[in-house]
Amino acid sequence: MLTIAGKTFRSRLFGGTGKFSSSLVMKDALEASGCEMVTVALRRIDLKNPEDDIMSMLDRQRYLFLPNTSGARDAGEAVRLAHLARASGGGNWLKLEVTPDPRTLLPDPVETLKAAEELVKDDFIVLPYINADPILALRLQDVGTAAIMPLGSPIGTNQGILTLPQIEIIIEQARVPVVVDAGLGAPSHAAQAMEIGADAVLVNTAIAVAGDPVRMARAFAQAVEAGRTAFEAGLGKQSRRAEASSPQVGLEFLR
Amino acid sequence: MFQIPDFKELQRLVDDAGEAELRRALQATHVGINGLAALLSPAAEPLLSELAARSAEITAQRFGNTIQIYAPLYLSNFCVNSCAYCGFSAENKISRRMLTLEEAEQESMILHDREINHLLLVSGEAPARLGVDYLEELARRLRDKFASITIEVQPLETDEYRRLFEAGITGVAVYQETYDRGIYTDVHLAGKKCDFDYRLEVPARVAAAGMREVGIGALLGLADWRLEGLALGMHAAWLRKNYWQTSLTVSFPRLRPATGEFEPLVAVSERNLSQLLFGLRIFDPDVGLVLSTREEARYRDGMIGLAPTRYSAGSCTAPGGYSQPELEGEQFSVGDHRTITEVCLDIKRRGCDPVRKDWDSTFQVG
Repeated sequence: MLTIAGKTFRSRLFGGTGKFSSSLVMKDALEASGCEMVTVALRRIDLKNPEDDIMSMLDRQRYLFLPNTSGARDAGEAVRLAHLARASGGGNWLKLEVTPDPRTLLPDPVETLKAAEELVKDDFIVLPYINADPILALRLQDVGTAAIMPLGSPIGTNQGILTLPQIEIIIEQARVPVVVDAGLGAPSHAAQAMEIGADAVLVNTAIAVAGDPVRMARAFAQAVEAGRTAFEAGLGKQSRRAEASSPQVGLEFLR
Repeated sequence: MFQIPDFKELQRLVDDAGEAELRRALQATHVGINGLAALLSPAAEPLLSELAARSAEITAQRFGNTIQIYAPLYLSNFCVNSCAYCGFSAENKISRRMLTLEEAEQESMILHDREINHLLLVSGEAPARLGVDYLEELARRLRDKFASITIEVQPLETDEYRRLFEAGITGVAVYQETYDRGIYTDVHLAGKKCDFDYRLEVPARVAAAGMREVGIGALLGLADWRLEGLALGMHAAWLRKNYWQTSLTVSFPRLRPATGEFEPLVAVSERNLSQLLFGLRIFDPDVGLVLSTREEARYRDGMIGLAPTRYSAGSCTAPGGYSQPELEGEQFSVGDHRTITEVCLDIKRRGCDPVRKDWDSTFQVG
């Protein structure tokens, strides 16, 4: 089972709440995905309003609530948003997003590290969203983040894991769980992330804008499970040429 | 500074755009300015539904199945400019009014009670009456009640925008009205607004001051809409290159009946407007596209999910009009008379989520 900051999760698929055609569709899709952790943009919700369209649909007994700071331009904004969210009952967990470019929403490595350091000191459980930079991942785990969330490709692009070599290095080096976040556009992408040893994946756009979000959520759940099982079973190595199933290597010279 | 090419040059871009360029623009991930010219050209008209499909696909991918809801709050219809097309124009004999800060607060609370979180403050241009001090004080009074507050008022200086940003203003809309220099001169008869180049520089100043969002736009019905679209695309692309931290929105208000004798100089049909929206969306997948209550309910309903990302709703364009609906002195008569709730219900019916809140006042230091 997956453990992050002492909490265990049966599902290795994390969900999101953006882009759905209604909060009802969102609720059904999250249920079908079997996920136990859901990220919500703080900008999108009103934590003080019990009738908030998203929050009233999220059973917080069922899902771990992972608020995110999407929209923050720098460390100062992200930290302030995090504190206000916690003060309004948003809890300790935080998906740290510092995205100064509103077009690509790519994360700022310098500000993310700065904010992470501060938030960890303030007893937040920090899961930072980062570009797939192995050294940044190491620096973040060194300041005490609970996980690392590198992107597969720019958010919302559905392009899959374009950062494969870097993600493989991050997974190899990490002491904390690695959650591949952003860009996973098809269940096969999620399966690939799990096959190479990612601890979990976060999927939002591909489910929210699918023709049938509920069935797509189920498909992702199955892919994540298959990918994880394959990883645990030990995948064979890939090769560029055909190889015999029972290779014969001449070892007659051995005495 | 941003320079807009002469409209003759833009016309050549549209004329030169061929079938091949159009096909490329419909396939490409990055559509350049020649691609935009092709998308806006007459050659694209028979392919309008293909443009719509591509635009819808990009919109869903980037923004999801959502439309953000906002409402305008008209603060004042005093104006020192004389603009041929506008109901607020200085020489028009309309009942003029400027809301006191208290009245503006009361009006805003009506919108707040209607669950409006994104507020657009609008006024005519009369800086001696309604200046930066008024806006700063109003922003401070309203900032905790709204997720975002944007303004559409006279152009200000960079340090004034900075002051307003600190007071809680999140964005600024400032429309060039027309990017055709000649026509601009013809329709702006008196007042500071006559200076084409001064106005063209304003969006860059807004961004330089640190505002989160800048809205640009052209009033359709003055010059050739294809060339306005091309100019808007160029302006947006220039702003992106130079101010990469600033979000952009584009509006294409079509001229509506207003006080005065003004008739649109060119006709812009719903098909034209749609082509413009689709073209801009394909050109810039990330830009916010605004479709206000100037357009009729039928058209706005039809466009849901195809390109626009922001709808105003329940708008009144006369200062004080929310508390006194019978009031006169409006900027233009709206085309969509539904209430906010009705607009939201119709958006839901079309499979989209009317998003009431997509920002938070805590992003900005109080």
